[in-house]
Amino acid sequence: METVRKWVQVIMGFLMNGSWSFPFTRTIYQGPLKVICAPGLNCYSCPAATTYCPMGSLQQLLGGLRFALENGQYYFGFSVLGSIGILGGLFGRMICGWACPFGFIQELLHKIPTRKFGVPRLLSHGKFVFLFLFVIVLPLALVDESGIGSPWYCKFVCPAGTLEAGIPMLLLQPNLRNTIGLLFLNKFVIMLIFLTWAIFASRPFCRTACPLGAFYALFSRVRLIKLRLDEARCTNCKACHHVCPMGVKFNESPDDPECITCLACMNKACKFDAISLEIGGIPLAVPDRGISLSSKP
Amino acid sequence: MSQTSSNSRKKSPLRKAPIVVIAAFLLLWLIGGATGEPGRVLEQAVQVCLSCIGIG
Repeated sequence: METVRKWVQVIMGFLMNGSWSFPFTRTIYQGPLKVICAPGLNCYSCPAATTYCPMGSLQQLLGGLRFALENGQYYFGFSVLGSIGILGGLFGRMICGWACPFGFIQELLHKIPTRKFGVPRLLSHGKFVFLFLFVIVLPLALVDESGIGSPWYCKFVCPAGTLEAGIPMLLLQPNLRNTIGLLFLNKFVIMLIFLTWAIFASRPFCRTACPLGAFYALFSRVRLIKLRLDEARCTNCKACHHVCPMGVKFNESPDDPECITCLACMNKACKFDAISLEIGGIPLAVPDRGISLSSKP
Repeated sequence: MSQTSSNSRKKSPLRKAPIVVIAAFLLLWLIGGATGEPGRVLEQAVQVCLSCIGIG
């Protein structure tokens, strides 16, 4: 199942970044597919991006809300919220584990053999701060003289944007290199910190600073597809604690907002079949020993 | 046999909350679509936002 997940990550990465004409056009894809919402954090200023980033678009719409309202346009970000809300209701943070290109990059970096460390649980609240403050409040509240706010998260934090868009655009358009300043340096350092951190800890960005992960985490209890714990079968052996890339103690917290449904606990750890995948309450899969559509005996 | 299937039904009730949540966000998406928001999103997404990616 881990191989299947890796292939899904690769395919999703290519679907969200499927425009490979940029070496010739030296700019980003500008076709109609960009009206489709990317399920994961994938910068739409990436030269290969074929979809829009929900966090980037939401900030842009909220930043321009006053200006839009003055012109009789009601752009509250409902279509963006609706798109990621539908995805959240269906999959929740399963998207982080299966469809986010930046999550996949972190997983690959974590394969570099070094001593590994955990991520303090307290830091996991950081992503909710970034979602509330940098994606919603600051773009809405701090506006310039023409009433337009900045996309604060993209502008000052997002390491995915620096890696997928900032650096490639500098390579494609050499004249942009003259405009590099403190803003880029700040974002470059943030990117380096998270990429280096990902070598030593599992998915540190997803756990501490991703606003899209924070949004999907809000659906942990109500998402359609999720893992289920059979308490009667669970022996509290804690094997699931050791394999979870997000530091979830599944037997203690089956609806944990950090769970990305990578299925490692179900397939690699639990020997008692206490963990299963369900859709809307109906069991779907038993551990990797075989997938079935029927419920377990 | 019928007792077993009755028990499994009790253990695995169909969860309605996700359906309600998805329906609510689908409604939100439709409202956004009706206001012409996707057009605005597309306008923004086809332009390189230099300050957004830390350049300029």
